[in-house]
Amino acid sequence: MTSIIGPASFNFFGIFPAVILSFILPVIGIGLFAYIMARRIAPLVRANPDNRFDQIGKRVKNLILVWLGQIRQPRYMLAGVLHIVIFAGFLILSIRSMSLVVVGFSDGFLLPGFGGPLGDIYNFFKDYAATFVLIACIIAAVRRGIFKPERYAVPEKYGKDHTAEAVFVLGIISTLMISESLFEASELAYEFAHTGNEHFLAPLSLVWIFKGLLSSASPNILQGLHIFTYFVHDLAFFFFLCFLPMGKHFHVITSIFNVFFMRVQKGNIKPVMHGVSDDKLDDLESFGVKKLEDFTWKHMLDFYSCADCGRCSDQCPANAVGRPLSPRFITIKARDLIFKNYPLSGEIYKSSLLVEDIYTEDEIWSCTTCGACEEECPLGIEYIDKMVDLRRGMVDEGMVPQSLQKPLKALEKRGNPYGKMEKKRADWAKEKEFKANYQIKDLAKDEADTLYFVDSITSYDDEMQEIARRTSIILEKAGVDFGILGKLEKDSGNEVIRFGEEMLYQDLKDQNTEAIMETGVKQIVTADPHAYNALKNDYSDLPPVKHISQVVAQKITTGELDLKPCQDPEKVYVYHDPCYLGRHNGIYEDPRKALDAIDGLTRVELEKSRDRSFCCGGGGLMLFYEPEEETRMGVLRVNMAAEAGANVIVTACPFCLVNIQDAIKVAGKEGEMEALDFTELIEQHLE
Amino acid sequence: MEILVCVKRVPDTAENEFELNSAGNDLDRDDLVYSVNEWDNYAVEEAIQIVDKVGGNVTVITVGDDESEEVLRREMAMGANSGILLCDDAFEGSDGKGIAGILKAEVEKGSYDLIMSGAQADEGAGQVGGMLAAMLDYPYASLVNKIEVQDGKITVGREIEGGNQEMNEIQLPCVLSIQTGINEPRYVGIRGIRKVAKVDIPVNGADDLGIDTASVGAAGAKTKRVDYFVPDMGDGAEMLEGSTDEIIEKLIEKLKAKGGL
Repeated sequence: MTSIIGPASFNFFGIFPAVILSFILPVIGIGLFAYIMARRIAPLVRANPDNRFDQIGKRVKNLILVWLGQIRQPRYMLAGVLHIVIFAGFLILSIRSMSLVVVGFSDGFLLPGFGGPLGDIYNFFKDYAATFVLIACIIAAVRRGIFKPERYAVPEKYGKDHTAEAVFVLGIISTLMISESLFEASELAYEFAHTGNEHFLAPLSLVWIFKGLLSSASPNILQGLHIFTYFVHDLAFFFFLCFLPMGKHFHVITSIFNVFFMRVQKGNIKPVMHGVSDDKLDDLESFGVKKLEDFTWKHMLDFYSCADCGRCSDQCPANAVGRPLSPRFITIKARDLIFKNYPLSGEIYKSSLLVEDIYTEDEIWSCTTCGACEEECPLGIEYIDKMVDLRRGMVDEGMVPQSLQKPLKALEKRGNPYGKMEKKRADWAKEKEFKANYQIKDLAKDEADTLYFVDSITSYDDEMQEIARRTSIILEKAGVDFGILGKLEKDSGNEVIRFGEEMLYQDLKDQNTEAIMETGVKQIVTADPHAYNALKNDYSDLPPVKHISQVVAQKITTGELDLKPCQDPEKVYVYHDPCYLGRHNGIYEDPRKALDAIDGLTRVELEKSRDRSFCCGGGGLMLFYEPEEETRMGVLRVNMAAEAGANVIVTACPFCLVNIQDAIKVAGKEGEMEALDFTELIEQHLE
Repeated sequence: MEILVCVKRVPDTAENEFELNSAGNDLDRDDLVYSVNEWDNYAVEEAIQIVDKVGGNVTVITVGDDESEEVLRREMAMGANSGILLCDDAFEGSDGKGIAGILKAEVEKGSYDLIMSGAQADEGAGQVGGMLAAMLDYPYASLVNKIEVQDGKITVGREIEGGNQEMNEIQLPCVLSIQTGINEPRYVGIRGIRKVAKVDIPVNGADDLGIDTASVGAAGAKTKRVDYFVPDMGDGAEMLEGSTDEIIEKLIEKLKAKGGL
């Protein structure tokens, strides 16, 4: 015999054809897999609709960058690189694995086109792919099994540790790599022993090493090994395929879909029900997510896709301060429930009220909607819309904490969460010194091209009114012809919609929209990123909206605004990115550009900045909510700024300012640190 | 269990800044916003929870003008099954006894096992519940902060001066006035109110109730408000004025000066 017998021609004990096994394994494997997938798809079919077939261009881009390009992975360097190696290896080896299945019926089968140089090139890469995947698996297993990075820990209240599953799967992958390489090495070693034919092999690859090790093995051993490793590979391959949908490795299958269907627009909130317009909302039986099947199919797919990597919770400010929320477990608990309610065989169970069954009310109210989790997730899993949908359900059931009921009622009655009188909304402009120098137009009576949308906190909070005055001075200096809505302005409702009070938000939106359209302004400016976000992303058909930092940056570029040299050059400034300016709207550079236009101003960067900015504690209604927590987000943030060597924290959001000012006091850093609003710093430096 | 809860529409203390009117006999009511009397919300929530447990119906009732219908709808959005508005020009200006008399007439038309009211309302008199019980010859418990329902009777808890708690068995039918803190009233959203916007609410006047108009309203009132004012500042009282920061600073100074700090 000059060549080894392949699995298609081999007979066990000389009589039992191996090809039967080669046939049975895929039939059982694929059949079982199809059955499992059908059961897994069942809850998606029963789920609520979701519109994810729009903006195909952006979706393809996400597929290329986030899925194929894995661009979010290196944000966690070691784990990210290991994942990229395994992911790339899987892509390369999937071709080999599939053709190996056919080799079971047809010895020496090659995919069309793989007979020539293409096949040689492919083999070269796939040999290294298998090698690197094995190395990555070993490092990953050591990391998970021995070093145990903290973010994988499962707190007791969330169930059992997931390390065993992770290491088990790394073991299966390693088995696939080793068996595939041994299968090939045994054949090549056999051939070399009998014919002296030497194939070029990628040096130091697994096949290369195994072939070297097998060079003196007997033909019988090589033949046995060849057949044995083939079936080990075949079995491991189909076992793995059917094991994937059982847990966190489902992402191997679902990730491509999940990334394609992921959020493509930022800063917005999903409609109460896709396909139901705002004016038909009254006809809906129920609002929001109360039971499992109230989630949309994409949100269910999110649950399936979570790889349990823990990055969301590692970035979550609520989790960091010990609030009862960890986004990772929002997903894992829902996935466990799907697996329980939709078992692989037998009856499908009914879901009970989720906030009583798997979630708690405080857990759902703990989210500030800062978006750090979504920004991080390598699989494009969403949280904000789920939180909002769960809150919509709670509001509909009357499950709203007393601390939030008061401001919500005040918003309903007075259009602001403080319950202050409408006619006092423009009182900030009546401050003596300011009034002596500046007249603010009321667009109910006067005309202007620009509306300055002040929003509630800046209108009514004694301290924050300063932002309104400084913003007005900046606009005036920059030559912007502007006015305000005065008592016609209502709260923008950014947090009203995000806290699930959809109909109240709709009312506020309608009142504001009508008042704004009545003025005929050509643009809207605001200094409140929450108002900016609501007007820009939640409202529709308004004139373009700008944040004051954008106006300032632009006017500096055109030379219409000039800034003096820094008045406190010995201070060290740091810019804190407000979530609703940065992460939700991508405005990172304009405020920095404006700060850097002040000559002699020393500015440092926080380690967590731009799209990794750490929420200061949340705005709008979040100021009223009384969470269970060990410390305040603001305190952690102030400490981060101190570590960065800064003594002035500049932010561009009234809520950030309130939270950070409070946090400086709580952290005992009064006198050492101060917080400034962007408008204050700029106004002080106006020529 | 058939439960009737008496509610009242009052100026909202959280969302108003109160000023006297020019005549000096009432609040300036032009810019006020109104809502359900806070105590009544707790009473309605408690009634709903009892009915959820043992079955029955919750009816909310108020004596007031057309606009009072709004508070009935809000309580129905919370979960009350039906509402009754007692409205008649003749009722205007009723004192506490007058209101209790009007309510009594409606109570006698139905068959309620339990009647609840808030412990007090905006005027702080806290009298209607007790008077209604007396007129009906029902037992009465005031300032109730706990209710346990058993067969045919209930046990009610009351907080006693000094933080002590007492529990009393009380025979049905009875009247209870409810203290805040007995529960956590559920949230009523705009959607909830819209859902009950079209539910029919019967309106009963003096004729429907068989009430002699001379016994109610301003005419029948045996107590009359003769004045309404902000008390003169007495000796030792002082109002600190200015912005929040200034007030705090002045307060600290004063505390320091008097040795309080």
